[in-house]
Amino acid sequence: MELIFEISKSGRGTADIPASDVPAVNIENTIGSKYLRNELDLPEVAEIDLIRHYTNLSRRNFGVDLGFYPLGSCTMKYNPKINENAAQLPGFTGLHPYIDDKSAQGNLQLIYEMQKYLCSILGMAEFTLQPAAGAHGELTGVMMIKKYFEKKKQKRRIILIPDAAHGTNPASSALCGFEVMELRSNSEGGVDIEHLQSLMTEDVAALMLTNPNTLGLFERNIEKVAAIVHGKGGLLYGDGANANAFLGKARPGDLGFDVIQLNLHKTFSTPHGGGGPGSGPVGVGEALVDFLPVPRVVKKDDKYKWSEKFPDTIGRVRSFYGNFNVVVKAYTYIRSLGAEGLRHATEMAVLNANYIKERLKPYFDLPYDRICMHECVFSGSRQVAESGVHTTDIAKKLIDYGYHPPTIYFPLIVPEAIMIEPTETESKETLDTFCEAMIAIAKEAKENPEGVKNAPVTTPVSRLDEVLAARKPDVCCKR
Amino acid sequence: MSKPNPQDRVYSRDHEWAKDNGDGIVVVGITDYAQEMLTDIVFVELPPIGKKVAKGEPVAVVESVKSVSDVYSPVSGEVIDVNTKLETNPEIVNQDAFGDGWMVKIRLSDAGELKTLLSAADYEQMLKEEKH
Amino acid sequence: MDYCPHTPDDIKQMQAAIGIAGIEELFADIPEKFMIKQIPDIPQALSEMETMSVMSELAGKNKLPRFTLTGAGAYYHFIPAVVGHIVGRAEFYTAYTPYQAEISQGILQAIYEYQTMIAHLTGTEIANASMYDGASAMAEAAVLCAKMSGKNKIIIARSVHPEYRQVVKTYSWANGYKVVEIPYIPSGQIDLDVLQKKLDDQVAAVLVQSPNFFGVVEDIASIADAAHKKEALFVTGFTDGTSLGILNPAGSLGADFVVGEGQSFGNPLNYGGPYLGIFAAKEKFMRRIPGRLVGATVDKNGKRGFVLTLQTREQHIRREKATSNICSNEALCALAAGVYLAALGKNLKRLAELNIYKTQYLKNSLLELAGWEEVFPTPVYNEFVLRCPDAQKVNKKLKKEGIIGGYALQKDYPELKNTLLFCATEMISKEDIDKVVAILK
Repeated sequence: MELIFEISKSGRGTADIPASDVPAVNIENTIGSKYLRNELDLPEVAEIDLIRHYTNLSRRNFGVDLGFYPLGSCTMKYNPKINENAAQLPGFTGLHPYIDDKSAQGNLQLIYEMQKYLCSILGMAEFTLQPAAGAHGELTGVMMIKKYFEKKKQKRRIILIPDAAHGTNPASSALCGFEVMELRSNSEGGVDIEHLQSLMTEDVAALMLTNPNTLGLFERNIEKVAAIVHGKGGLLYGDGANANAFLGKARPGDLGFDVIQLNLHKTFSTPHGGGGPGSGPVGVGEALVDFLPVPRVVKKDDKYKWSEKFPDTIGRVRSFYGNFNVVVKAYTYIRSLGAEGLRHATEMAVLNANYIKERLKPYFDLPYDRICMHECVFSGSRQVAESGVHTTDIAKKLIDYGYHPPTIYFPLIVPEAIMIEPTETESKETLDTFCEAMIAIAKEAKENPEGVKNAPVTTPVSRLDEVLAARKPDVCCKR
Repeated sequence: MSKPNPQDRVYSRDHEWAKDNGDGIVVVGITDYAQEMLTDIVFVELPPIGKKVAKGEPVAVVESVKSVSDVYSPVSGEVIDVNTKLETNPEIVNQDAFGDGWMVKIRLSDAGELKTLLSAADYEQMLKEEKH
Repeated sequence: MDYCPHTPDDIKQMQAAIGIAGIEELFADIPEKFMIKQIPDIPQALSEMETMSVMSELAGKNKLPRFTLTGAGAYYHFIPAVVGHIVGRAEFYTAYTPYQAEISQGILQAIYEYQTMIAHLTGTEIANASMYDGASAMAEAAVLCAKMSGKNKIIIARSVHPEYRQVVKTYSWANGYKVVEIPYIPSGQIDLDVLQKKLDDQVAAVLVQSPNFFGVVEDIASIADAAHKKEALFVTGFTDGTSLGILNPAGSLGADFVVGEGQSFGNPLNYGGPYLGIFAAKEKFMRRIPGRLVGATVDKNGKRGFVLTLQTREQHIRREKATSNICSNEALCALAAGVYLAALGKNLKRLAELNIYKTQYLKNSLLELAGWEEVFPTPVYNEFVLRCPDAQKVNKKLKKEGIIGGYALQKDYPELKNTLLFCATEMISKEDIDKVVAILK
């Protein structure tokens, strides 16, 4: 497809600018010619061409509304349309962030109540909605841990992270000056307790744990894990990326987590927008409340206002109050579902994942064969050994069947990993046809491996040369 | 199959080679086996000339599309030259890891260190064991 | 209302296939003592109709102003209709990050075009796919400079947005860097003499904004010289993105990084978010910058296509050695910005001119009021600072008429008593401005 610059033609345009109703001023005199730019090279396209360009681009993109999207760890559930409508209400979209609190009571109430709901759902003492995404929430959480130990005048330099963890965990820790030590998984895919005991010293600030972990497995020894960490004065950080597995069943606060971040664009159904915006609220137990970012909403006599009067705060991690409009969508979702709906969603998410696991077990290696939570992780090792077909090939072949592939090559501890997260909003029929496609691909891999290795053939482009893209990077069109 | 490991140099357990020029200067690169494991190399980050490195410390970084690996200096000393051709043509490492794909030249601070490294035969033995 | 399509019969069949008698068996790994029956304190489920009425009621508790004279980091601009229609296409907004390039060419190409437009607008050579917002983009640039140079001091102008400075401080504290603030001179610009004195060999980066928080245009070329002489990297922000339509961009004047808030490009005010962190840089930093990058390449048949590239910079590969932990960004806001900029095209310059006309008219009209005076006699884009007899009273009077007044600077700059930071975009009419003056007379 042509680039927008390639369909540009001098003299065309879409948006017109109204005539000025105030006197024009001489720009060179007003600003000074040395401060003015000489050229402005933006596309010039007629409105119809602009609409066709972007509409055609959209047709080369795959979203949840087009089909099944079992991207593990990303919780690509249906994004309810009512959420979008609610978020588009002018009262929510139209306010300037610096409008006086009295004029923004609706927004403030929504933020306040959302924090309370998240506290109830996760069993935490307080929440902040300021972080703009899950990784941003992680960073905020680790910053609070750092501040907590600063306040206690304890120098702790290590954070423990399991080998199966998301890459954001070690990166967030390093950004706060912590040293990362890797914690081994045991043969069941859980925390290796003995290893934890040997690593957990008074030099360790925290253990960052994803529960259920990235294998989709719940940490059976969670009570013991929490006791070991707390026993040495450390804190337990929860990566809430997998929260869709336990809503209404168990609460991280009760399990011993001191801080947890959520991803509203995963668990709470807000759309991910092709990469963002997300929203990464962080919940804390009593020990960390004082360190939350500012400003925080406070309620007094049924009136809400922003307050910065929290002397031990880590400060700000973002301008204004976070991705407010994303929060509106998640709030709408919680109000629609209620407590019972959230619990039911979790149950169906876990049911769907186990159903897929059982159906595909005969055809693909399953490194950890036990009841899983919201996702299951297979390995394509058998296919590699049998016919040289790799997990990438299986993923690309799924595209030809009309599906978005699962997450692949993650977690790192499973070779040729295929991580499938169906979510609760998919029907049995969808899961069945997906499983049949996977089974057909397993069969084709044996009988006609080239047919799998050449996929996809139904897309606007075939497999792209990533090596070329990285060796000779072209990230901006040079015209 | 990797190319044979030349006899005229020594090897580290981390898959680097070091070739002694006889004048106190060694040329350092990664083995053919290493480039094969890394797959298509897309970028090589080289150290500044004059950098002092200790044996076992990272001296360069090689990147493929999906991975990034440190190249550990097999010897201690000072970097006196780097292979700038790799900055624009990293694929040379894939094509000729033992020759044109060299990475840095180091002036040895302790010639004795060379003796602690593996011979081609020992390195091949190590590879065999690793595969098991 | 929930969105699960399972019938009781489906559930029964699926349980049988798994080999369980009831759903609770799936949760057997959770220790019994931690199981809860019900989430406490959540209001009961609502039908779609009821949900909408609850949400409308909440939205209705907000008072939308007639118009606003505050910018201060968030700008009220007209959004062409095409933007909403494109951003509202579910193929874009219900997609995840484009990990599978073959079925994500739409967003990948759109982001590539966005990167190109931003690099050009900022006068740099490259731009990434977006950061969270202007403040975090600036903070990440500061951290990157320190990590690249091995130095630990960050210099920031006091005329940078107060919240941006706070975010830079938070990130710097976490990394163990020191932040030094440089005062402004009576022109409202950075004090170059103090800057030069504070520039020692431990300074990793100098951070300014132009236009700065006071609306004042900084002399970027001189600051760049000062920074580079001491081998510090130079990061420049901006306030309203539309200023790039007319002002000489910092990238052309020596900035190593140009970062800022892109909300002005087609994104609503949204009470502060989601916004768009713009991050642009000189090409030599391409392999170090944070965030996602889309690159052009070819497919097996030689056809042009786009992929996420240079991913080894990122956390999922480099883990604790990554220079940033960013993963999700603001792709949809970047898409909106791309559509907005393509819709405006060269008219972005005329829009910027219109902003200047309105701003000058507002400023001159207010200056006719008794006791009002200009604080910084320096060129501005669409914001300016005035001193008035009683700033609080001014905003109160305007609020009574449904108008948001100026941003009171005293909170962040105690020395600027009774000063207000005003903003006029194309959305303010002459009639509005005349009304403001009439109210304040």
